[in-house]
Amino acid sequence: MSAYLVRRLFLMAVTLVGMSMLIFVMLRLVPGNITDIIFDSAGFVNPAQKKKIERQLGLDQPIITQYVRWIGGLAHGDLGYAYVSEKPAIDEILPRIPVTAKLAGLALAFSVLFGVPLGVMSAVRQNTTLDYVLRILSLSGLSLPSFWLGLLILMAFVHFLGWIPIYKATPESPWKELALLSIPAAAVGFRSSALVMRLTRSSMLEVLRQDYIRTARAKGASETSVNYEHALRNAVLPVVTIIGIEAAFLIGGLIVTETVFNIPGVARFLVEAIRWRDYPIVQNLVMFIAIIVVFVNFLVDLMYVVLDPRIKYDS
Amino acid sequence: MRLSARLAVALTFAAIGLGGLPALAQKSGGTLRIYHRDNLPSASIHEEATISTVQPFMGVFNNLVLFDQQKPLNSPETIVPDLADSWSWDATNTKLTFKLHPGVKWHDGKPFTAKDVQCTWNKLTGKDADDFRKNPRAVWWQNLKDVTVGGDLEVTFVLNRPQPSFLMMFASGYTPVYPCHVSTKDMRTNPIGTGPFKFVEFRRGDTVKFVRNPDYWKHGKPYLDGIEWKVIENRSTRILAFVAGEFDMTFATDVTVPLLKDVLSQAPKAICELAPNYVSTNLIINPSTAPFNDPKIRRAMALSLDRKAFNDILSGGKADITGVMLAPPAGIWGMPPEVLQSLPGYSSDVEKSRAEARQIMEGLGYSDAKPLKVKVSTRNISVYRDPAVLLIDQLKKIHIDGELDVVDTSIWHAKVTRGEYSVGLNLTGVGVDDPDVNLYENYSCESERNLTRYCNKEVDALIDQQSQELDREKRKKIVWEIERRLAEDLARPIILYDRVATCWQPYVKGFVLHHNSIYNNWRYEDVWLDK
Repeated sequence: MSAYLVRRLFLMAVTLVGMSMLIFVMLRLVPGNITDIIFDSAGFVNPAQKKKIERQLGLDQPIITQYVRWIGGLAHGDLGYAYVSEKPAIDEILPRIPVTAKLAGLALAFSVLFGVPLGVMSAVRQNTTLDYVLRILSLSGLSLPSFWLGLLILMAFVHFLGWIPIYKATPESPWKELALLSIPAAAVGFRSSALVMRLTRSSMLEVLRQDYIRTARAKGASETSVNYEHALRNAVLPVVTIIGIEAAFLIGGLIVTETVFNIPGVARFLVEAIRWRDYPIVQNLVMFIAIIVVFVNFLVDLMYVVLDPRIKYDS
Repeated sequence: MRLSARLAVALTFAAIGLGGLPALAQKSGGTLRIYHRDNLPSASIHEEATISTVQPFMGVFNNLVLFDQQKPLNSPETIVPDLADSWSWDATNTKLTFKLHPGVKWHDGKPFTAKDVQCTWNKLTGKDADDFRKNPRAVWWQNLKDVTVGGDLEVTFVLNRPQPSFLMMFASGYTPVYPCHVSTKDMRTNPIGTGPFKFVEFRRGDTVKFVRNPDYWKHGKPYLDGIEWKVIENRSTRILAFVAGEFDMTFATDVTVPLLKDVLSQAPKAICELAPNYVSTNLIINPSTAPFNDPKIRRAMALSLDRKAFNDILSGGKADITGVMLAPPAGIWGMPPEVLQSLPGYSSDVEKSRAEARQIMEGLGYSDAKPLKVKVSTRNISVYRDPAVLLIDQLKKIHIDGELDVVDTSIWHAKVTRGEYSVGLNLTGVGVDDPDVNLYENYSCESERNLTRYCNKEVDALIDQQSQELDREKRKKIVWEIERRLAEDLARPIILYDRVATCWQPYVKGFVLHHNSIYNNWRYEDVWLDK
């Protein structure tokens, strides 16, 4: 196990270094840079002033020098300065992380709490009315774009029902915050829960036909015990994998949801920073997301051992 | 109630707001909640050329003089004192002296003096070591030779030659006085002013907050405890939020004609005023690329324009079709319709104009079978894209086969400045309704904001001539002559000046929307909430 851990950690490090290079180079391949954008809001471009700003921001240096400077800074916990706000990048990024983390956590909880039990119910009651209803629901979850769903929800809850206000950074209580975040989280989590539900269903259907399930029933185990202790435990492995992948993909859904619901989180900020070619923000945020994705995948791999005792990483 | 009737009611409300203010007892307190349409580039008004910065930050500052915030039309007659109690010209009309208000303090407690005024204009004219990173309105001050101070409370602007409209530029929201002791970098992120509201916080992409300046030198003002801006980039979300009562006011000119119907049907009590925004939709043609270096082709393109169709489709027929200067009653300097119609491309008989255009194109060897293929570049924003699509359709009528080339909005100006386009569709805002501002900025050879690099020395001479003319009627005639030359030269033909609405809740009082500029009426010191 320890050899596996060392190997995985090494691979994670290599992946992250590769990612950092990719992010750095790709960002600079996008047409236009911050100086073009700084001048855009002034409605003209002054080439001499533009060069001066490029010099001030270090953009006149060779790309290798810029990369080494960034990585060197990262190693010392220095994320550099945001080009647009001229504040330390860490001060721009840090306050937004909890907002997105809460939203992502809630969305993931929504997808698991709804997806897994509904998937089990759908499989256990295969080809019944309930199964058909749940399958239609899951199909709509997969097909509805989250921006459209978000707008519908917003219209219903803000305009017609007046239940939730537009997002506030400082809600009066944790319950109010939960209420503020739960609706957008549901909008994002709906798609994930549909995916989790469909996968749980198909995985359960496969397991429910196995001999050991029949044996459990023959031994007189209750339906709940058969479904949740014997079947689900064996069916859950691919579901955990997909939850891990979904956790990584969630950021894509959050970009749209944070925009529609006007939540000042990391995802929306990232898109905005890309639009502004604010390299220090984009580089550091994408690296942060990459670290999360790599780490979540690592955790999922470790969970296999816990969920299925047959899996061993020793060899 | 039909839309037009509602608008009439709204305008009546606005009119009551103008003239009837003294009858109402202003209430103090409350925070004005406004949404912002996008992320602000910076807090420094002098470094930006966008309403995105002016509207939130104008309340932090004072000018030397200001356009009366309670009168909708900006003109020399509506200029009122601000930091300057009075002003006077010398006999040669080349020295403008301001007497400053005593006892004014910056938000950080330091005293405001004439040195601060001198400093600000030294930065604007590039004479200060800590100059602006960008100086989009440098051309406004090209006639300024020197700024001298006479003690703490007197400052004199020395001009190279007489310029009667020089004072107009001081009255714009674009012309606040900056403190000498704060760096230009700090002014971009943490601005200090003398104005009614102190800057509190600017969370990028989220909020901008201001609180009442308790030591404001105009005693009793402002009435509001603060102003809170929330950035909402998604238009559906922000309009929904306004309709749901989450905001007291929309962002300036955010409500288009089609949207206005929706807003008024969902929030019937809201006051929405449809006013000219003095932002032109214009055609840019790169004269340095073939075949557009041929004036005949440029003329044919101008003749193909059906401005009424643009107006009907894009603005429900509400836009203003004028030349370079906005025409009365919305503006001051524009040509009357009968004179305008004599300019190339402005004839009401569009079919006749297009027949002439086709003849020109056919003479150059183009036909339906062999059209001139061209990319029509524009910014990737709907207010740019929509007219560009219409333009392509209209150009087809004269054997020009256009293809839409959508340019990433962040690099639009860079691309145009580098001349990397053949034909484009652009939008241009005018800060002050004065020929000096509009003509120097957009058509003079030396201006950095003259995007098409149009340069005609004769026109430059005429621009200088009108700038020095003291008689307004004579000046108007010269301006119209310039308009004629610009139309003949196809220098950035103006398609239309759009009208868009700004809405506010009925309890927002003391606010008057200006009609011939969107940049000059955001001081908010007279605004109060009747709640």
